[in-house]
Amino acid sequence: MDWNTIYIVWLRELIRYIRQRSRLYGSIVRPILWLFILGMGLRPSFQSVQGFNYTQYIFPGIIAMTLIFTSIQSAISIIWDREFGFLKEILVAPVPRTAIALGKAFAGSTLSVMQGTIILIFAPLVKVPIIWYRILMLIPVMFLISFALVGIGIVIASRMTSFEGFGTIMNFLVMPMFFLSGAMFPISGLPPWLKTVIVINPLSYGVDLLRTIILGISTFPIVLDCGFLLAFGVTAIFFAILFFNRGEY
Amino acid sequence: MIRVEDIAKNFNGLWAVDGVSFEVNEGETFGFLGPNGAGKTTTIKILCTLLKPSRGRAWISDFDVLKSAKDVRRSIGIIFQDPSLDDRLTAYENLKFHAIIYKVPRKERTSRINQVLEMAELEDRRNSLVRTFSGGMKRRLEIARGLLHEPKVLFLDEPTLGLDPQTRNRIWDYLHTLRRTKNITFFLTTHYMDEAENCDRIAIIDYGKIIALDTPDNLKRMVKGDIVTVRTQNDALAQKELGDKYQVAVQCDSSGLHFEMANGEEFVPLLVKNAKVPITAVGVRRPTLDDVFLKLTGREIRAENASGRDLLRIRMRHVRGMR
Repeated sequence: MDWNTIYIVWLRELIRYIRQRSRLYGSIVRPILWLFILGMGLRPSFQSVQGFNYTQYIFPGIIAMTLIFTSIQSAISIIWDREFGFLKEILVAPVPRTAIALGKAFAGSTLSVMQGTIILIFAPLVKVPIIWYRILMLIPVMFLISFALVGIGIVIASRMTSFEGFGTIMNFLVMPMFFLSGAMFPISGLPPWLKTVIVINPLSYGVDLLRTIILGISTFPIVLDCGFLLAFGVTAIFFAILFFNRGEY
Repeated sequence: MIRVEDIAKNFNGLWAVDGVSFEVNEGETFGFLGPNGAGKTTTIKILCTLLKPSRGRAWISDFDVLKSAKDVRRSIGIIFQDPSLDDRLTAYENLKFHAIIYKVPRKERTSRINQVLEMAELEDRRNSLVRTFSGGMKRRLEIARGLLHEPKVLFLDEPTLGLDPQTRNRIWDYLHTLRRTKNITFFLTTHYMDEAENCDRIAIIDYGKIIALDTPDNLKRMVKGDIVTVRTQNDALAQKELGDKYQVAVQCDSSGLHFEMANGEEFVPLLVKNAKVPITAVGVRRPTLDDVFLKLTGREIRAENASGRDLLRIRMRHVRGMR
């Protein structure tokens, strides 16, 4: 395995991220809107679930939202690289494309975990108690979720050659995945067809896993959460590498 | 160093490259000259292993372009037509990235980066973001980057496209220095005639085919003698008169009448003395590669004179890019 290539592709994404402050600010402002404006607005009309009010209930879901936005956005940077020519510099180099795809995947996951961790700062404001060892558990979990999501993103980015499709992805993939993950409402009591969609959505297991660790309530068993995410993540990365290798440039 | 046998590439029924064969020797500067859409970039992409040819074979320093892509990639450097730097990184970071993916040994990395930065006269900007660079600086940095892994062949696809004349001269000074100091084979494409003059040998390519291949001087000898330009009070009448009297092919455009004539300067007094149609101005000049291209194809090479078929090719390329 070409670790040097993976490392330098990863490092480049991180350097670019640090220099692009607007992405960082955007990723902090979005959760604030959802958590404090939507969350506070809906809280009075929401029945408490196992002793948690609405803002507390959606807090793990807001972390999941941050992960999916950051992961997909990072994977989409492949299209950016193509648009600005840098992709040619990478693709003509004597390195396997698999290493490039993996570098991108690790970078996207790293950034997602960083962003997700930042959201934990808001926990005290909505009275969610976060104990330090839970943070240590959350980091690998957030990484696992992100890795699967970046995989989906790379598959899409490998098939897409222009930026015009970006809005389409947000509307037809990211938003539905987020809404149908149980991030904003409990799954119990939904009509069966909606439940079916939620059960095949990998993000549902991510949200459930986060909620188990942060609030101690869950819909699925932990083993199922981890197992589904792991299986989905491996499959997604496999296809990501496959499609990235195949693309003509 | 480069051997190409009957390479062809078909894009949706259109032959962008249509059976091209040539050889480039070690240390030579070889130029591909032709209008936009002639197949220059496609040929480069095939040689750089970025595109698979529809037929034909090619070798770079004995490595088969189709079978040993990795070895080929290690032995070449490429300067693409469009910029391919990461403009959010500094000059140094761009070079370091390149050094790592091309496996430049860690111990040599810094010294080689310094060396190419110095050659490109960019040492003082090493830690500036590339987005603050001018077009010429970006080009020099790209060429520097292409040399970092010490390739045997350097491909330059329209190296000075879109740059002002002063910057173009500076890029060429830089390239001449490289030619003198390193044993690198250069393969470049251009549609600038004066740039092609810098090559040891030139292949003139049109509609995907090589229509002439020789040294610039030999190519220019294809044009017999000098180019005489005449302006008269009645061009149509004069065109016929000249054609009949001296058995030359006279071409007419907005700047006057043009024809080839051996020893043009000695011919002028004779021409003026014997002319029936009054002559208002006469000019004599040595032939350029422009004249060679005009003679071979009946067209000028400049992009603005692209024919309908050329425009179609250019548009097709855009459509492919979008897909």
